[in-house]
Amino acid sequence: MSKIVRTMSNILIPLVFIFGLYIILHGHISPGGGFQGGAVFASGVAMIIVAFGSASVQKRLKEHHLSVLESAGALIFIGLAFGGLATIFFFNFLAGSAVFGNIPPSGSNPGDLWTGGVIPLMNIGVGLKVLGGLSAIVLVMALASSGIEVEE
Amino acid sequence: MTVGLPFNIPFLAVAALISISFIIILTQRNLIKLVMGIVIMQAGVNLFLVSLGYRTGGIVPIFTHAPEGAMVLPVPQALTLTSIVIGVACTALMLSLIVLTYRHTGDTDAEKSRILKG
Amino acid sequence: MRRAAVAISLVVIIGLLVAAAFLIHPFGQPPSQMDDYMIENSQAETGTNNVVAAVLFDYRGFDTLGEATVLFTAVTGVVMLFRAVKKRES
Repeated sequence: MSKIVRTMSNILIPLVFIFGLYIILHGHISPGGGFQGGAVFASGVAMIIVAFGSASVQKRLKEHHLSVLESAGALIFIGLAFGGLATIFFFNFLAGSAVFGNIPPSGSNPGDLWTGGVIPLMNIGVGLKVLGGLSAIVLVMALASSGIEVEE
Repeated sequence: MTVGLPFNIPFLAVAALISISFIIILTQRNLIKLVMGIVIMQAGVNLFLVSLGYRTGGIVPIFTHAPEGAMVLPVPQALTLTSIVIGVACTALMLSLIVLTYRHTGDTDAEKSRILKG
Repeated sequence: MRRAAVAISLVVIIGLLVAAAFLIHPFGQPPSQMDDYMIENSQAETGTNNVVAAVLFDYRGFDTLGEATVLFTAVTGVVMLFRAVKKRES
């Protein structure tokens, strides 16, 4: 791509990544969460691939790194779901305890980040899974349509 | 705004989107156009799910700095989120299968890819 | 023969969809017994301000588990379809 596109991408891509991580981490007090923030982050990765070409991206970012990230996110999600098995599967066992355990006052209030129980940690797990999965899809299809074979 | 509509305009828009997608799927032969028809049907179903839970004069169902008023129903919004992610996954799989079919047979016509060769 | 079948099925489907769009509840007044319970009690039981996140991860967590499985299967399928095929040594 031309020099104007590459210069603007150098300025905009860190801002897109920070915005995606902000949407993931504040999922329990503002609109958003794991799926939305992961999709915004994957659109930043798609911007890198379009601006700098898929051959030069593939030298640094192999697709098995993204696969490891996606599997780690899935394991965090399932592990937290098994954590409340004393009562039932998917029980919120951290609401009221020491980690992320404040209860907000009922009605309209300014949001507190230390609330939510097990929900912020599940947001992080699902966010890692979605950003790993969608980035892997975009990278593999960009490589396949420009004729380069994916390594084993 | 708390004025009621004379007849349900969002549900008629959903009926129009799904009808258009049925016409596309039943009469087109190019594989890329078939995928476009399926994507339009996914968009129509998502619009139907979101517009099922609207309350007239409602606010966003989030308690942080919430103004006065009744809240919109939260369960259809959660179901729509799941539906959008599943639609993205299905579209990615369909498009990669079309790329492989084009490499194998050299043509994107649905009638020519029916016979299994060795 | 085939054109007649396509035309008849299209007329039936479009007629059913338009009839359903007129027979459904009026837009803006949904039946809302389950959602009223969730809006009242989600701050005390789950401890979040965001009712949609509480519904997605606490009250209906199994739907999120199924969706994570579908996304994982689709990504595995796409990456597997584009691998380079090694020639078999005879």
